[in-house]
Amino acid sequence: MNATGIGAAVRRKEDYRFITGKGCYTDDISRPGEVRAIFVRSPHAHARIRAIETAAARTLPGVLAVLTGADLAADKIGNLICGWMIHSKDGSPMKMAPHPALAATKVCFVGDPIAVIVAETSAQARDAAEKVKVDYDILAAVTDPAAAQAKGAALIHEIAPNNTIYQWHLGDAKAADAALATARHVVALDIRNNRLVPNAIEPRAAIGEYDSGSGKYSLWNTTQNPHVARLVISAFVGVAPEHKLRVVAPDVGGGFGSKIFIYPEEVVCLWAARKVDRPVKWVCDRSEAFLADAHGRDHVTHAQMGFDGDGRITGLRVRTIANLGAYMSTFSSSVPTYLYATLLAGQYDIPAIYCAVDAVYTNSGPVDAYRGAGRPEATFVVERLMEVGARVLGIDPADLRKRNFIRKFPHQTPVIMNYDAGDYHASLKKALDMAQSRDFNKRKRESARNGKLRGIGYCAYIEACGIAPSQAVGSLGAGVGLWESAEVRVNPTGSVEVLTGCHQHGQGHETTFAQVVAERLGIPIDNVAIVHGDTDAVQFGMGTYGSRSAAVGLSAVVKALDKIEAKAKKIAAHLLEAAEADIVFADGRFSVSGTDKSVAWGEVTLQAYVAHKFSGQELEPGLKEGAFYDPTNFTFPAGCHICEVEIDPETGATRIVAWTAIDDFGTVINPMIVEGQVHGGIAQGIGQALLEGVVYDDNAQLVTGSFMDYSLPRADDLPSYNVGMTVTKCPGNPLGIKGCGEAGAIAAPAAVINAITDAIGSEDIAMPATPQAVWAAVRKANMGRKAA
Amino acid sequence: MPAATLTVNGKAVTADVDPRTLLVQFLRENLRLTGTHVGCDTSQCGACVVHVNGRAVKSCSILVAQAVGANVLTIEGLAPSATQLHPMQEAFRENHGLQCGYCTPGMIMTAVDMVNRIGHDLDDKTIRHELEGNLCRCTGYHNIVKSIAAGAKAMAAGGGVRRAAE
Repeated sequence: MNATGIGAAVRRKEDYRFITGKGCYTDDISRPGEVRAIFVRSPHAHARIRAIETAAARTLPGVLAVLTGADLAADKIGNLICGWMIHSKDGSPMKMAPHPALAATKVCFVGDPIAVIVAETSAQARDAAEKVKVDYDILAAVTDPAAAQAKGAALIHEIAPNNTIYQWHLGDAKAADAALATARHVVALDIRNNRLVPNAIEPRAAIGEYDSGSGKYSLWNTTQNPHVARLVISAFVGVAPEHKLRVVAPDVGGGFGSKIFIYPEEVVCLWAARKVDRPVKWVCDRSEAFLADAHGRDHVTHAQMGFDGDGRITGLRVRTIANLGAYMSTFSSSVPTYLYATLLAGQYDIPAIYCAVDAVYTNSGPVDAYRGAGRPEATFVVERLMEVGARVLGIDPADLRKRNFIRKFPHQTPVIMNYDAGDYHASLKKALDMAQSRDFNKRKRESARNGKLRGIGYCAYIEACGIAPSQAVGSLGAGVGLWESAEVRVNPTGSVEVLTGCHQHGQGHETTFAQVVAERLGIPIDNVAIVHGDTDAVQFGMGTYGSRSAAVGLSAVVKALDKIEAKAKKIAAHLLEAAEADIVFADGRFSVSGTDKSVAWGEVTLQAYVAHKFSGQELEPGLKEGAFYDPTNFTFPAGCHICEVEIDPETGATRIVAWTAIDDFGTVINPMIVEGQVHGGIAQGIGQALLEGVVYDDNAQLVTGSFMDYSLPRADDLPSYNVGMTVTKCPGNPLGIKGCGEAGAIAAPAAVINAITDAIGSEDIAMPATPQAVWAAVRKANMGRKAA
Repeated sequence: MPAATLTVNGKAVTADVDPRTLLVQFLRENLRLTGTHVGCDTSQCGACVVHVNGRAVKSCSILVAQAVGANVLTIEGLAPSATQLHPMQEAFRENHGLQCGYCTPGMIMTAVDMVNRIGHDLDDKTIRHELEGNLCRCTGYHNIVKSIAAGAKAMAAGGGVRRAAE
């Protein structure tokens, strides 16, 4: 390993601009002549629009346009779409309701945009927004997914009777039923996987621009996948043709999934820019973000796991209702299906699994992928059942897991996935050692002496990342392929630009990708620049989510580097007057095998462009290669997290006193960055377990609509983390990478709740386990014990 | 409102703006100092923290009119020169105290203020408590806490830079 190569904790190349205030986020960009957009949003969760009166707003100073859904329709702007087709078990397609960027006839959630004001300043636009009068016919509303299908529940879209989008299933129902019927023990749980707001600290923003001279549109946008945005906006929404639309995702301040999707606001900015012939900028308020960003999770689940007399799992049956909100967001349909039920085997050899999922509309904001997306929900189901199973069976929870671990790879689960490699015993053992679990009882007694309840909770998680093999996801309903592209452009002086279709919004690709390239080519890391996030620079790509950038994106880079090396060897052979087969490339030099003749990288790159040493007929000048890499399988990061909590039974306050994370991500390019990803994921998982949860009131008004009401974890809510790793390389990609971005968020919620339930001696606690909820659970458990 | 003058990063500037203009809007939109960020609308996130007369202030919570005559220091003015970082900036880079970078300017300005008020020997508990006004969604705070402890020590070692009215 060299100082900046694979495995080195290189300090990040991108940091200088961020720590000096020179980052360039969408709101930092100011286009000449730009004007501001403010959206008028519905204050009602469910209502018919009788009339929209905009005349008073139009006459206010600075106002250039007031546009509504009728204007969108007149311009034949298409609806937003969900790009993953799910079929119900009866074979019928999912019920995708029309989703116009501006609601014209009906609003379906509080925050549904109905008009946009374009004005010289945002203050003028805000003033005008207050003058838009809407005549609403208010309808009954429903936000609880468990109530959405009930008789008499408000019907949100005509296309979807009983508010049911699909009734999907996976696995073998008969086998699972038989396994549970004959099991020695059956453990059952009712779970609400709480609804969350992703809350990247940079709010969404967009600037639309139209150049009437060239007919070209540009969109600067807080997106994790600019090419997908360009494709959807051109091919489906139809605002601009693909070849005349440039989408730029500059520095993006966190995404966590919420910036994958194609939202109404960016479509409207682009469309409005042509209407007013000025660049139109919109910057989301945090209050708007709470209403209109896609939320995450929101499952209601009943799950049963059967065990035999030795504690071996015999079967698993899961029934889930998933809330997709008022409209189907871009990838919403895939989250509670193929990103969820396919992970229900966990790390275990489970012979029979059946999962049925109903997705429903409710009068709440759209729900889509949020860090982990389906996999945290699956992990929570499996790992809560394992913990409860251990308690019911009287087996140590670590031991119960060991008895059921998959030992041989590849392993075909009953729910599609074929695990390629892993060592679950190794990660569990390392985690138990690092957490000093052997001394836990001593610590528990110590806590008890101080009047505190101490608990320990495990979570042995697995995830499917490296998203994804295109043919496989195509067969499951995906509207796109999930390969990745790379282009390596070598300059005459030997420096290199690498173009990737991935996009960084905190992950540090500008460093890790450069590490791989610099090591391979034997050049200083400072001579490598990573280019991403601009559809005019990068031809196409699928963006960053699903822990895919290193596993898929870097694999594309490696494939392109292979081609670069092959071509450079041809040039070197000419320079060294040797046979191409005899050229060896190492440490930045091309040598003739078995001789002392060699030539440096920089000389070969220069000769590639001056082209004096070979004829253009036998070898093309230049040194630039591209590659598309399509994975052959998902990757399967896995590991074990152990959480230790101390609870004050008098107040219900839960303090996380220790956190151990052992993860197997395959090959690690930069351990410093990987550990940072783990920390951030755990924090979001702890947030879900202890603090965060969306609340809509009986009128479907959002109660948790700001950082004052929605509890985002702060520094003193969280512990420091002990993070370690085990490594089994992924056999499916050239570098052996599995991906690390989502692990913490997947592992943490179950670890926390398992620790709390261990401490209080009751399984009866829902997320978020606030002090009030824990206090009530402790009290209830104590009363139960007294009664018994 | 009548034109107001204040000092930003050592330079006198004149603000001739709508009276409802917030300090953060003035910094970002009029002076184009876009390193100071806006992450919320309820003064909760701390992405907009700057120093006003040497004290950390959320620049979304005061009007520019309230900063008349004041010395304002933003993230762009923190480094002593174009070639030298402030030790707290260096500590954030060295300890991977940032990921997406959006909360980072506010974190660094808060951290420098923390050291100025409390001292150079900051334990984890103190740092976490003092960060109650700053939100980060990427790092889980682990490396921010490490960065601030290290930056505080580095400032004691003579790297402390005082600018504006500090």
